[in-house]
Amino acid sequence: MNLTFAFLDWNVVSSFILKGFIFSVQLTLFAMVGGIALGTAIALMRLSGKKWLVLPAAFYVNTLRSIPLVMVILWFFLLIPLLIGRPLGAELSAIITFTVFEAAYYSEIMRAGIQSVPHGQVSAGYAVGMTYAQCMKLIVLPQAFRNMLPVLLTQTIILFQDTSLVYAVGAYDLLKGFEVAGKNFNRPVEMYLLAAITYFVICFSLSMLVRQLQKRIAIIR
Amino acid sequence: MSWDWQVFFQDTGGGQTYFRWMMSAWGWTLLVSACSLVVALTVGSLMGILRTTPVKAFVWIGNAWTELFRNVPLLVQIFLWYHVIPSIWKTLQGVPDFVAVVIALGFFTSARIAEQVKAGIQALPKGQRYAGLAMGLTLPQTYRYVILPMAFRIVIPPLTSESMNIIKNSSVAFAVSISELTFFAMQAQEETSRGVEIYLAVTGLYFVSAFAVNRVAAFIEKRVQVPGILGSKR
Repeated sequence: MNLTFAFLDWNVVSSFILKGFIFSVQLTLFAMVGGIALGTAIALMRLSGKKWLVLPAAFYVNTLRSIPLVMVILWFFLLIPLLIGRPLGAELSAIITFTVFEAAYYSEIMRAGIQSVPHGQVSAGYAVGMTYAQCMKLIVLPQAFRNMLPVLLTQTIILFQDTSLVYAVGAYDLLKGFEVAGKNFNRPVEMYLLAAITYFVICFSLSMLVRQLQKRIAIIR
Repeated sequence: MSWDWQVFFQDTGGGQTYFRWMMSAWGWTLLVSACSLVVALTVGSLMGILRTTPVKAFVWIGNAWTELFRNVPLLVQIFLWYHVIPSIWKTLQGVPDFVAVVIALGFFTSARIAEQVKAGIQALPKGQRYAGLAMGLTLPQTYRYVILPMAFRIVIPPLTSESMNIIKNSSVAFAVSISELTFFAMQAQEETSRGVEIYLAVTGLYFVSAFAVNRVAAFIEKRVQVPGILGSKR
């Protein structure tokens, strides 16, 4: 079969694909910011040493990490309307789902990062009269963030790839944009191919950037 | 709301109950996962090994493979094998959907396994490789008798989590209508409107499957342990 991309012009891109691309990026950014915030809180709970904080946090992380993301997306899409009593769009539902889901993964990265800071530093903080919160904020977290920055960014690239799974609830993301354009012009094959290339170019360049960053951080340390 | 577990004994309209359908869907999930795991382990090990050889061309191939299959979302890769490849090479049009999914999931995971295998090989002291070569073993012999037996033991834990990931990732096969657990969940939810019960059961089965893989891997790890090294207790 001959592939033709003749129908493809800026008009097609801007009316079908751009909308999906913007949503995918939005979803990634929201879930990254929300997920890191929530993930940090969960990581701190797990490291607090208090049983009533550790157990729920561990339950949260282990549960979400053993369920396929598609099932989590379906669960939220089913449960949110039952809980709030009215349907919530697929897009908004996806944003909530990804924030909650990614928090579990980010929290594991944060936990490893926080544990990579030698415990003596916390003891030193206590010794000079700091509270737990001050120790975390001024000593541990700044170093931990730096140690785990490359891993957090890699997870975010995976998150960007995973946003394509909102396909399960029909949200209009980057992949959907290509699919709709493919259906409209009866050129699905070209559009799927182009979708793969687009994802590859974005994710590959981002992971190259992360690798550069990793090198720079390694030199500073 | 109230529970209605009776839903599993309802007839689907095709002469079987939802329970029977769910069990066969579970079978499909396990079959897709197992076949993909075989593909992923074979290709992933090969690519991982290539990346550690002294031959530049091999390293390049291994790296290119890893980057290619790691940087495209799984769902898009499934569409590639399902829609794009058969329409470019007409001879592949008769290939069943199942095979397309197994190849997609297998190759996707192979990139991650290649990464683990490479790390495992590089974790060994360089001296072992040099010792093997100095003894007069050829490079393939060095890999076969010196490097790989140790490297594979090192990578068992990360490979375990990849095997558990493969079960989770097999859920993406719903997109090309393979009748596996997630596809069952979506269909049965729509037909019966008892989404919560059905999702709970399906989620439970995913838990059980992942846990089973975890136990099997722990058993294998114990069996192949080399006494005295790598965290063995003997």
